Amino acid sequence: MPAATFDEMTLSDGSVREAYGQLSEWLSTAPADLLDYRVKEAELLFRRIGITFAVYGDAQAQERLIPFDIIPRILTNTEWLTLKAGLEQRVKALNMYISDVYGKREILKAGIVPNDLVFQNAAFRPEMAGKAPPHDLWVHIAGIDIVRVDAETFYVLEDNARTPSGVSYMLENREVMIRLFPELFSRHRVAPVERYADELLATLRSVAPRSSSSEPNIVLLTPGVYNSAYYEHSFLADKLGIELVEGRDLFVRDDVVYMRTTEGPQRVDVIYRRLDDEFLDPLVFRPDSALGVPGLISAYHAGNVTLTNAIGTGVADDKAIYSYMPEIIKFYLGTEPLLKNVPTHRCREPEALKYVLDHLDELVVKEVHGSGGYGMLVGPHATKEQIELFRAKLNASPAGFIAQPTLALSTCPTYVNQGVAPRHVDLRPFVLTGSDEVRIVPGGLTRVAMKEGSLVVNSSQGGGTKDTWVLDE
Amino acid sequence: MLSRTADNLFWLSRYVERAESLARILETTQRLAALPSAYGGKTNEWESAVETAGVAPGFFSKHEEANTETVVSYLVFDRDNPSSILNCFETARHNARSVRTALTMEMWEAINGAWLELRRTPDRKLAGEELTRFLGWVKEIGLRFDGSASRTMLRNDIYDFSRLGMLLERADNTARILDVKYHLLLPDEGEVGGGLDYYQWSAILRAVSAVTSYHWVYRQSLKPWLVADLLILNDQLPRSLAACYGQLVRHLDELARAYGRQGQAQRLARATRSGLENAEIKQIFQGGLHEFITGFIGDNNRLGLAIHEQYLA
Repeated sequence: MPAATFDEMTLSDGSVREAYGQLSEWLSTAPADLLDYRVKEAELLFRRIGITFAVYGDAQAQERLIPFDIIPRILTNTEWLTLKAGLEQRVKALNMYISDVYGKREILKAGIVPNDLVFQNAAFRPEMAGKAPPHDLWVHIAGIDIVRVDAETFYVLEDNARTPSGVSYMLENREVMIRLFPELFSRHRVAPVERYADELLATLRSVAPRSSSSEPNIVLLTPGVYNSAYYEHSFLADKLGIELVEGRDLFVRDDVVYMRTTEGPQRVDVIYRRLDDEFLDPLVFRPDSALGVPGLISAYHAGNVTLTNAIGTGVADDKAIYSYMPEIIKFYLGTEPLLKNVPTHRCREPEALKYVLDHLDELVVKEVHGSGGYGMLVGPHATKEQIELFRAKLNASPAGFIAQPTLALSTCPTYVNQGVAPRHVDLRPFVLTGSDEVRIVPGGLTRVAMKEGSLVVNSSQGGGTKDTWVLDE
Repeated sequence: MLSRTADNLFWLSRYVERAESLARILETTQRLAALPSAYGGKTNEWESAVETAGVAPGFFSKHEEANTETVVSYLVFDRDNPSSILNCFETARHNARSVRTALTMEMWEAINGAWLELRRTPDRKLAGEELTRFLGWVKEIGLRFDGSASRTMLRNDIYDFSRLGMLLERADNTARILDVKYHLLLPDEGEVGGGLDYYQWSAILRAVSAVTSYHWVYRQSLKPWLVADLLILNDQLPRSLAACYGQLVRHLDELARAYGRQGQAQRLARATRSGLENAEIKQIFQGGLHEFITGFIGDNNRLGLAIHEQYLA
């Protein structure tokens, strides 16, 4: 069974960790009705911005409103600096790995990653073989999911190298907290996150094709209003001051991308796309895609436009490749990984499969290509039927699964119906990689499982979010 | 600005304006239809409402008879009618949502609020006092949207495109009201001072909120040629064709200045405006009111196409 849960505020002996000293004191002295009142105020504020969430979410909007918890999650600067160094290292290795896979394939020749994990991976894009995107950068925007199990240990749970989302919640949460809890901010020195938009813009500018003018035209490409993340797309475009375009707003002539404007065609240099690879260009990928731009890939190969993230980055972020990340980091950087990987059993390997089948009630089993908390077995919380169902699935296609020990995810005090109670959390920092530097705003998005004992933080499974504070000591 | 953004803004305003016009038409019709038959003669007011709204073919393919129930259901709630008030607000909101960041908060709330409210109104038969209240509410949405646009928007191309949509729709609407009722405005037809015509003329004025204005401008009792003069040539009346074209030219000129380029849209709008400036109501009647209005509706459509080609495609 998993070890005792680490609470980020209160240790098992009842003492309060230093970073949470002020918050804990404030929580214990704040009148009971004050918290209640602030929760209602937060709800009101979110309903107002919330109108924006709701409206963008369409008819069933109310359900998609992600619960917001008013108690912040706090990291010390020392903790953050450790994480930051680990994140930089990890994303650097991800970029080198993808470049290699589509280039010289040295890691495959060295026998470190099995060939079939690359070439039979649905996210592998043969069109990119032998091609390098501008500046040979692939993952410009990464969302690395991190969990904590004790005071010293952070694990990377997942690398999101395609189109990670959630950064708008990170920014909105902070805005709401500053408005609601000025007295808490005056007791802490919280590193600001509002620079994210500027940092993202600087990153996007730095990766413009070398042929573009000194003022590159940057756009955000969205699948459109029906996409569940449309709110975030329009939010970011607005913050960055760039056009929010759909595929039909763009066209390609002589391998150059243009957007249709009221003043005629205008050249586009960088596309921050929030559209999956297979929808980007009907001439190359799905011919039925009405969301993309015919000819886009040809312009991309001609080096006339930068796509962020590059095409084919999914080859680095599935759960099977994940288990090779420590070796990948060592191979390219010659150093030990600063952030640990969760020990992972690759069910494709017969011995691992046997172990997993024997310990289903202790392990978390995940589909290699699953996401959003779907297609997942949490052994200790599963019924006999669910376990047997997964046993059958595993026997049928072992390569489609990995298994990990059930981690005792750390908990954070969270305001729930019964008052303040510990709930499990994770953390998604956003790592921006430009041609000039790597930029990470302190903190990230903390997701919290609102149900008691639940380990699933995904918003699609009822998870909420918290503001994340990095204390500037 | 993206052409799609401009297109969305243009149609957003058009649809809000259209919903408001429909509410006015229905209000006027309700009033006329309520007159004792001695004043109403044999005219079917509900039928002319359908014609004014420009949806007669669609309507008669679904309903045999035009009466309160069928017309209200088709013009207000029918999803098969692309111009029903419900569909107008639905499309307007869809467009607004796609260009959310180009709108001010107040404009967005006006249109989103209307949409949410309308969703809470189940499709049902509205009549009498309920219908009056509902139509009043629709007009209020138009006022709120229009008012928040003029109070809160930056005066840039975003503003110009949203005004162009509204003005083009408004001119079309005024022309249609005139077109359906043109026979009533022919000075030689009908009994002078007959009850029917009097109420019809005042209904035309009421449909464009101009009853009081008429008296302020002409200081005499209702005369058909003066009603036509007010609605076509008097640029003091915001819904007159002349006033709409004065504004259309202004906003197109703003765009030409901002973009440093003129085109077909500017030329067409200016030609129509000078036609209206130089015309006299007497000549218009001599040449035939119906012919004049038909010609105007055609010009107005051509301007819409030119704007589309020049900016929105």
